[in-house]
Amino acid sequence: MATNTTLDFEKPIVELEQKIAEMRSLADALDIQPQIEELEAQVEILRANVYRELTRWQRVQIARHPDRPYTLDYLTHCFDDFIELHGDRAYRDDPAIVGGLATLDGSPVIVIGHQKGRDTKSNLRRNFGMPNPEGYRKAYRLLSMAEKFGIPVMCFLDTPGAYPGLEAEERGQAEAIARNLFLMAQLKTPIIITVIGEGASGGALGIGVGDRILMLENAWYSVIAPESCSSILWRSWEYKEQAAEALKLTAPDLQSVGVIDRIVNEPVGGAHRSPVAMFNTLRAVLTEELKDLSAVPIESLVHNRREKFYAMGVWAG
Amino acid sequence: MAWFLRKSKNINESSTHREMPDGLWTKCTECSTIIYRKELEEHAFTCPKCDHHFRIGSNKYVDVLLDKGSFNEMDADVRSADPLKFVDTRPYTARLKEAYSRTSLPDAVTTGMGTLNGRSVAFGCMNFGFIGGSMGSVVGEKFVRAGRRAIETSSPFIFISASGGARMQEAALSLMQLAKTSAILTELADARLPYISIVTDPTTGGVSASFAMLGDVIIAEPKALIGFAGPRVIEQTIRKKLPEGFQRSEFLLEHGFVDRIVHRKELRQELSAIIELLMGGRR
Repeated sequence: MATNTTLDFEKPIVELEQKIAEMRSLADALDIQPQIEELEAQVEILRANVYRELTRWQRVQIARHPDRPYTLDYLTHCFDDFIELHGDRAYRDDPAIVGGLATLDGSPVIVIGHQKGRDTKSNLRRNFGMPNPEGYRKAYRLLSMAEKFGIPVMCFLDTPGAYPGLEAEERGQAEAIARNLFLMAQLKTPIIITVIGEGASGGALGIGVGDRILMLENAWYSVIAPESCSSILWRSWEYKEQAAEALKLTAPDLQSVGVIDRIVNEPVGGAHRSPVAMFNTLRAVLTEELKDLSAVPIESLVHNRREKFYAMGVWAG
Repeated sequence: MAWFLRKSKNINESSTHREMPDGLWTKCTECSTIIYRKELEEHAFTCPKCDHHFRIGSNKYVDVLLDKGSFNEMDADVRSADPLKFVDTRPYTARLKEAYSRTSLPDAVTTGMGTLNGRSVAFGCMNFGFIGGSMGSVVGEKFVRAGRRAIETSSPFIFISASGGARMQEAALSLMQLAKTSAILTELADARLPYISIVTDPTTGGVSASFAMLGDVIIAEPKALIGFAGPRVIEQTIRKKLPEGFQRSEFLLEHGFVDRIVHRKELRQELSAIIELLMGGRR
């Protein structure tokens, strides 16, 4: 499953790891165990240093890493008894958004998330995680069901954007997203959002209104992808690094302007380096957040949620 | 080889993107008819010959729709800050400065209270001429305040959209305005007050994916471009030319996403009739 993709800034780490592997293969013949251990310690320091000083563009690359856990990985590892539910009851099932029932620490929840594919075939099926209107309408149906049965909702954001296609426009992409925002702003059940990878624009926000907004350490969330921002404002695709810096799209950036509530730490080297550790961390965080929200009366919950979004924005006067 | 090609962009490129200029005579961009200013005003800034709807801003919509002298602008002091210190090829602050001096408008939206055939209404109208009518924190905040005022005064809320979408220079904060504006509409709905969305040319991106598509009644002006993704982005994605009339008002009406297409000259009477009918059921 792992593609062993190496990002540019990871190359020194990988080279060192290869050297250690070579030395290991010789270790039976030579007495170099102490040297190996020293190098291993060096690798960890190097990795920690590289990952401490990531640029915004580097984080975007980690968020898009092909080995990074996707929604279904979290749904099957952080939750128990996941039962997937399909379809919008109007047009078709959109595999770019998945959802269903599950339990978290024994309590029922409704889970919804964008879903990317791992290889060409599954990416074609899942449209690279870019939903069509029926994806948002499937989410609408599941959200309504959550309210009806008083079950909390957990959404996982990971999309390069809502699909900009001809049929998507014909079937009302804008209306589908707008209606979800309207529903989520008043849904009478707790909603926890987690940005797990890419949070691109209205396509992400279309399942992203909630009481608590969490974001994995290396995820990104903004109004537009850095490449598209570059092409519009710089009139060239070449300024993606500058665009990523200007957009301030990382978890710490967004926490400082009040767009997200909490950063969920990833294992050093990113979620894909140690998925099990990532699942355990997120399960614990979600359980804790859900416990807090479950104590809030529904009327205050909806009131607080609206107030939370009214407070977003910075203006003078 | 390419010595005969123009190196710089077409010099007239930006003129179609802006709102119509003020002048004694105006040439229709569709049928090239020369129209005298007074005649243009009498036709609510549409071409008397071909019915082309010129892009107009909030000042002219106030004249076209509300009772004369009834509009009381509010929150004009809410101004864009530059929370992210955004710089692309130019600083955001420089773009704002230019937009202020070119348009004399407070931002991409003007809001306030007015009357329509004597009925008090909360009113908002976007200005496409101000940084492409883009929605940042100011548009979101003024929309919410106008919505609140509708609730406080038990008035219907009329909002005219014209926007390229969320404002990139405020990044994620702009994106959150989609949720913020949708949230106040849920309160308006709880108060059972009509929200009438009027969609004009062009309305795309984050504005269409939030309040523009959430009207109890959605009215489009003829031939307005309305969609989520812009036509160029779609053409790049599907690598095909889009069919004629794609994403225009008539296309949306056919696909069930707007209630009516109304000529700007009839907009005032239609709006008034719809609001009176909706408010007539209140007990």
